[in-house]
Amino acid sequence: MAKVPVQFTLNGSDKAEFVDSGTTLLHALRDKIGDTSPKGGCHQGTCGACSVIIDGELRLSCLTLAETCNGATISTTSGLSESGVLHPLQRAFLDTFATQCGFCTPGMIMAAKVLLDHTPNPSRDEVVEALSGNICRCTGYEPIIQAVLTAARSNSQNAA
Amino acid sequence: MALALQTYATVKDANAALKAAGTRYLGGGTLVVRAANEGDVSVSGLIRSTEPSLSTIAVAGDKVRIGASVTMAAIAHHPDLDALAKAARAVGGPAIRNMATVGGNLFAPAPYGDFAVALLALDATISTDDGDTPIETFLANRDGSRAIVTSVSFTLPKADSFRFLKVSRVKPKGVSVLSIASVLERSPDGTVSSARIALGCMADRPMRAIAAEKALTGRSLTKDSIAPALAAARDGTSPITDPIASAWYRNEVLPVHLGRLLLA
Repeated sequence: MAKVPVQFTLNGSDKAEFVDSGTTLLHALRDKIGDTSPKGGCHQGTCGACSVIIDGELRLSCLTLAETCNGATISTTSGLSESGVLHPLQRAFLDTFATQCGFCTPGMIMAAKVLLDHTPNPSRDEVVEALSGNICRCTGYEPIIQAVLTAARSNSQNAA
Repeated sequence: MALALQTYATVKDANAALKAAGTRYLGGGTLVVRAANEGDVSVSGLIRSTEPSLSTIAVAGDKVRIGASVTMAAIAHHPDLDALAKAARAVGGPAIRNMATVGGNLFAPAPYGDFAVALLALDATISTDDGDTPIETFLANRDGSRAIVTSVSFTLPKADSFRFLKVSRVKPKGVSVLSIASVLERSPDGTVSSARIALGCMADRPMRAIAAEKALTGRSLTKDSIAPALAAARDGTSPITDPIASAWYRNEVLPVHLGRLLLA
């Protein structure tokens, strides 16, 4: 099958690859570019483990074709930390024990990041709504919700 | 499994390409890429169009035209489409709503397709390059439909006349046990002058509760008065059975939820 070029910005860096036409963004990120932070869970759009942010919107990379992302700006969890310092969401997930097996965590964090980017001080209900497309099967949702609320408080304290 | 994707600037060219065997139209990807990921070998090629009109919402007075590529998130956030926001938000989680399109929802098999239930209650018109089709006719023939849907059009419901309810076991979001949408016109004395009720998950695609609509006409919205409509709600239904609920269960709870919607 003919390869097609894909070119986008991933976590601030320009990326260019040749992929088979019809390759999912998840496959391109993990197996071509080497960013394994988005996870392949259900491949059905149900679990949210593959969630990434494309041009500011939360998307499922398992259902997005890579070649439809030409020119896009993509963010994944692997690009959140700066100079070895964890992003407040990552710090909060660790501090509040919101990650157990960790498989859902990158998707949860990207869903939470979109929420906090638009709503810096969300209510608990808004957090629940924002995470409603992400499934966790071991940690339990309560610590995850608390982690997002903790990160929001941390952000607002830092901004004050 | 990789699929060849062909992108066309116009719907006309995309329609021509879609005549090839094994091709499917790619909207937001939540149905067709999902099918491919699941191993649906009938899909060998994907076609899409980037024609700008597919992604626009036009509201003129009470007339609404929504391009087929418009997402559920765009509808939920549109200032003139408040009445439909609840139905748009009923679809999936935030990521799915950023991807799932109006056009795709018309083809979503039960238990999906909650927004199409709302469109059926609104008596929407479905447009393709071949012309316009009433949504009921379109849904009945959708399995053989090959022409790309370009837009859906409808008249905005008068204030408070449109109601929507999605029932799911998981809160706040879950797959539908069933969904109900209704447009109820009322006379000055409060009685229902016309009713249009659409059901999701009560067949393999959205369907109207025509017997309930007839039983409701001329009645007021009180517990006793709606009883005949609730008794007729199951008329003609053929609910799906899936891991969420059995057909029997869906039929049992339909009158309960229709009653809650009507008395809300």
